[in-house]
Order: sequence, then structure tokens, then C-alpha cells
Amino acid sequence: MATHSAIPDVEKKVLLASLVFAGTMLGLIAYAAIRLGISVPTCITNVKPFEEGELIRVAPGRYEAHVVAKTWSFKPSRIKVEKGSIVDFYVTSKDVVHGFMIDRTNVNLMAIPGAVNYAQARFDKAGTHQILCHEFCKAGHDNMTGWIEVTP
Amino acid sequence: MIQKNLRATIVLELLFPLTLFVFGAYHGVLQVFYRAGLIQETSFLGIGYYKGLTAHGVINAIVLTTFFAVAFGHAVISQQLGQSVSAAAAKAGAALMVVGTLVAAGPIFAGKADVLYTFYAPMKAHPLFYIGVVLLVVGSWVSFWGWIPGYLRWRKKHPGEKTPLGAVGIFSTFIIWQMCTLPVAYEVLVQLIPWSLGLTKGVNVVLSRLLFWFFGHPLVYFWLLPAYVMYYVIMPRLAGGKLYSDFYGRLVFLAFIVLSTPLGLHHQFAEPAISSGYKALHAALTFLVAVPSLVTAFTLAASLEHGARQNGGKGLFAWWARLPHFDRERWLFPYLFLGLVIFILGGITGIVNASYSMNAVIHNTSWLPAHFHLTVAGPVFLAILGMSLYLSVGILGKKIVAPGVAVSIPYVWTVGVFTFSAGLFYGGLKGVPRRTNLGMSYLDELSDAYRPDWRIGEYIGAVGGSIMGLAVLLFFYVLVRSLASARSEQQADSFALPESEAYHDEDVGVVRNFRPWIVAAVVAILISYIPPLIQVLGANYPLVSE
Repeated sequence: MATHSAIPDVEKKVLLASLVFAGTMLGLIAYAAIRLGISVPTCITNVKPFEEGELIRVAPGRYEAHVVAKTWSFKPSRIKVEKGSIVDFYVTSKDVVHGFMIDRTNVNLMAIPGAVNYAQARFDKAGTHQILCHEFCKAGHDNMTGWIEVTP
Repeated sequence: MIQKNLRATIVLELLFPLTLFVFGAYHGVLQVFYRAGLIQETSFLGIGYYKGLTAHGVINAIVLTTFFAVAFGHAVISQQLGQSVSAAAAKAGAALMVVGTLVAAGPIFAGKADVLYTFYAPMKAHPLFYIGVVLLVVGSWVSFWGWIPGYLRWRKKHPGEKTPLGAVGIFSTFIIWQMCTLPVAYEVLVQLIPWSLGLTKGVNVVLSRLLFWFFGHPLVYFWLLPAYVMYYVIMPRLAGGKLYSDFYGRLVFLAFIVLSTPLGLHHQFAEPAISSGYKALHAALTFLVAVPSLVTAFTLAASLEHGARQNGGKGLFAWWARLPHFDRERWLFPYLFLGLVIFILGGITGIVNASYSMNAVIHNTSWLPAHFHLTVAGPVFLAILGMSLYLSVGILGKKIVAPGVAVSIPYVWTVGVFTFSAGLFYGGLKGVPRRTNLGMSYLDELSDAYRPDWRIGEYIGAVGGSIMGLAVLLFFYVLVRSLASARSEQQADSFALPESEAYHDEDVGVVRNFRPWIVAAVVAILISYIPPLIQVLGANYPLVSE
């Protein structure tokens, strides 16, 4: 067995390559978050949703959807918007933890009782999107769905 | 040599959870049939889908892994540190773990704890479920504490000597475990048990999730590091060579102490109540924890290459064929080698999950179980299966009956788990949710939620799950027949775990002591968790009950 007091070059290179790999991936994430604006939900305290309605039209083609998840449905369970709309979703739960995922979008949230979650989506194609609960919430979980209808 | 007065404890700690695993595996196979819509019921043979799913997760991911880490720890520590383990602590730890498991099993099988193994509040389980889990964890702590006085004596007796690498790995595993289980102990003891007993009216759910995920990610390193000990200490010897770098082994284990905990928010990217900036910090730290695994990939590949070249291997890649892939004498080798092969995909998909905004594509979809079946049900599970067979048969002085079957098991499992995960990855990208009995809705033609485009992924998953079930049957065939074989006292007395020499070694002072790494871990935890904790506590979330 060869014992050295210094780390051989090849091992230093491996460590460096690993760090460069991790740094590159991190750089790409930072780029997506900062330059492309693709981020994750944050802490919201300055809005008071779930009081003034379920689907609120704030401007032409701009909506706020205030969704309450409870065992085992979403309220509202059908949301209708016209093609090209941008919708801000505010989501919470009335009882246990639920999921709130809109099929074929990047809206994928946890609905936590006592806290408000948020995501935005833009619907550019007419058709129907399924809303799914993806966190186990006891007996009726398998059937906890809703729909978003995008009209032409 | 493994300490003689630990033998019975080790064998009990290996065989008790494997007995329960018969049910854990049975329900794993059933789940793929439910999910493919081949069973369109809420329960089958008296066991509900979610009761079975809870038992599958608790038995396979908590009970089996914890018992194994303790049993393997006893074997490694006593062999490498001069038979210095406290047998009394080992027995007390084992008793607590067995009692805890049985206490938790009661409500699970009575259907009073259908909360899955993550027990997210405010879904409520029977108090005995939480109490049993606490006893199991405390039993593992007691077993760990029983190693410490003997280790301190060993260091006094061997001044200037390096702690053997296997012991460094096992101590790192349990230092991580000790640190990460404290907040979840607070969650269970202060929040959940009083509430489940009806003494408090609800739970601060946001806080409970922060505490749970402080524990949830280091938990995976608690699963993984015993397998790493086998990769570093045992596998190079089985391959006919040496460990390429002793220094890198130490660096990797000690780095995990620091890096495995301050990153739990990457499980909470999709949640409210925590600032995206804190989530970004944890994402960055998650990428750092990939570094020790990348270094491991290099060190282990170099060690395998060294072994293969000792066996006459040549060429740039042709030496791969000179590893004991199908050697019946060294049947343990493929359990370790194939685990590493599976872990390449497990690691890459884990990086996807950790990639901040990218998580929105796959969060809580079937992509997740596909990923972690390539980690905990890949390298971790194969290492547990192989080493449980190796240790229990060796300690009892028995011999492996049907070594050819023993060699085939990891191959069958690998085919199964790759097929299973391929189906679930595909489904996950199409939005198939995890933890859902799909046959009741999404894969029921009569439901308004019916999703014909999800069928193919779940069918592939069902084929894979069935192959995994076959591997488990083969395993129990070999285990039971081997344990029933004739006992040789002499073989039992001479049994020891294989240990690899180092090919080269650097004597670097910083990896000679746990203390600086533990201090760094505490600092990293404080920096990464104090700000979100202040944010959550400052917001006064209501106490919620189901």
C-alpha cells in the first residue's frame, strides 16, 4: 500500500469534475429562475383569497381562481376560461393535505390547511384539462378531480 | 470476527424484519395490479389498498432498513473495533425495536393507521402507531449508543491509528440518524401523540411538515450508507482487488454527515408558506451532496478495474468481463455490483427531482416511486438482501444451498425494477399521480376521470412488479433452505466479513476525526433551517384537525 501525504492529481481532478458538474446544473437552474422566471411557490401573506369569489375576472383574459380543496373535491370543480387566458391560482385546503395538479401544465401544488399556495398558468389551446389531487387524502382520494375548460 | 455474544441479536435483527417483509413484498405486487386497473376494488382478500400501501412503506422503508442498519452495524463495529460492543445495549435496543414494530403493526393491520409511512398531519392515526414508531427509533439509538464507549476505548488502545473505514461508515450513518431523528421526534412526541390522544385540538401542519422533511431526506442516507460501507469495504475484495483510495472513502462518509441534512426543503418545493429563496438555498446544497456520490462512482469503478486487472482483465472496457458476475463462490458480488448499476439511474433521476423549478413537472407523480425504487429498492434493497443472507447463514454456520439461484436473484430483481420504473417514469411524465388506487377511477372505463393514455405505463409497471415479486420468491427459497442446512460450529466460529485493503492511501488529518464534521453539520443545519423555522413560527398557522 502506497501512503502519501498529498492527494494524487487524478483524485483532485475527479473532485474538481464533480464540483464543476454540480455547479453547472445549479447554474442552469439559476438561469431558469432568474432570466426565464420559472420558479417555485413562495410564502404568501399579503393576499386574502377565498372571500371574494371562486373565479374572478380581473381584466380581459386575466383571471384569479380561488380553489379550496376538501375531501374529496375541489371548489370550484369546473373552471371555464377562454383561450389565451392567464389564470392565477390560489389554493388551500379545508381539512387534510391535498394535491392540486393541472394536467399538461406546470401547475403542481400542495394544498395545505391554513396556508395559501400560488401558481400561474396560461391556457393557449382550447380543450379540457383535468385537475387531480395527487396527495393521499383517505377514502375518496382516487376520485378527487376537477376540470378546466378552455373555450375557443 | 463478529463478537460472539452479539450473534443471536444480529440474527434476530435480520430475520424478524425479513419475516414482515413477506407481507411488504406481497402488497408491493398487489399495488401494481390495482394501479393497472387489473384489480378494480378498494380492497383485495380483506386488505384495503391504502392499508396495504401503509404496511408496504412502513415495513420495507422503515422497519427493514432500520433493523438492518443496526444488525450490520453490530457486525462491522464488533469485527473492526476489537469486539468492543456492549451486548447489553444491543439486546435492549433489539427488544425496543421488536416491541415498537409490533405495537405499530397492531393499528396498521387493524386499519386504524391508514396514513402511509409519511403520516402527514392532519391525517390521524391511532396513538399506538406513533408510539410504536418512537420505540423503534429509540431502540436504534440505544443500539448506536452501545458502540460509543467501546470505540473510545479502542482509540485509547490504538493511539495514532486510523479508525477502520467500515467503522467510520457505520458511525457516519448513525450520527446522521441521531441528528435527523430529533426534529421528527419533536413532531411525533409534542405535536402528534397528544393530538392523537385527544389532549390537543389540532396540529400546526406547516410546522409538522418542516420537521418531517428535516428528517425525510437524511433518512435516505441512513438507508444508503450501510450499502456504501459494503461497496467500499467488501466489494473490492470480492472483485479480487483493493479499494482504490482509502482517503476518498473517509472523505465521502464524513462529507455525508455535513451535507445530508441541510437540504430537506427540496421535498417542499411545491408547498406554500416557505420563501422560494430558502428553497433555492436547499436546492444548491442538494447539488453539493451529489459530489460525494460522484466521487464514490470514480473510486468504486477504479477499485473494480483494479480487481478485474488482477484477474487478468485487459483493454479499456474488456476488463468488465473479468469481474465475478456469475461466480457461485462469490455470489454476493452481483448484489453489490448491480445495485451500483441501478443507482446510476436512481441518482440521475434524483437530480431531476432536486432541480427546483423542474420539480413542478414530476412532483407527486408516479415518477417519484419510479425514482426511489431505483435507490431504496435498488442499491439499498439488494445490499440488504445479499448481506442478510450472507450474515445470517455465516453467523449460524450454515451453508448457501443453491448458490446458482442466489447469484440469479439480483439479476432478476434488476430486470424487474428497471421495467417497473420505466412504466412509472413514463406515467409520471404524463401526470399519473402516485399513491392512488388508479383502478377505481383513472383506469376505470366507466369513470368520468378515465385516462386511457395512462394504461400502457401502468401495464409496464405491473410486468416489472411481478418480476420483482419473482425475485423475492427466489430469495426466500434460498434463505429458508440455507437456514435449514446442517450447522458447522467451526464455520460459525471462523466467520468474518471480507475486508478490502487500500490500493493507496493518503494520511490527511482532517478525515481522522468526526468532531470537525459534526460541528460543520450543526452549523450548516442552523444556517439552512433557522430562517424557514422563524418564518413558519412567525406566521401563526392555526391548529388543524382532520
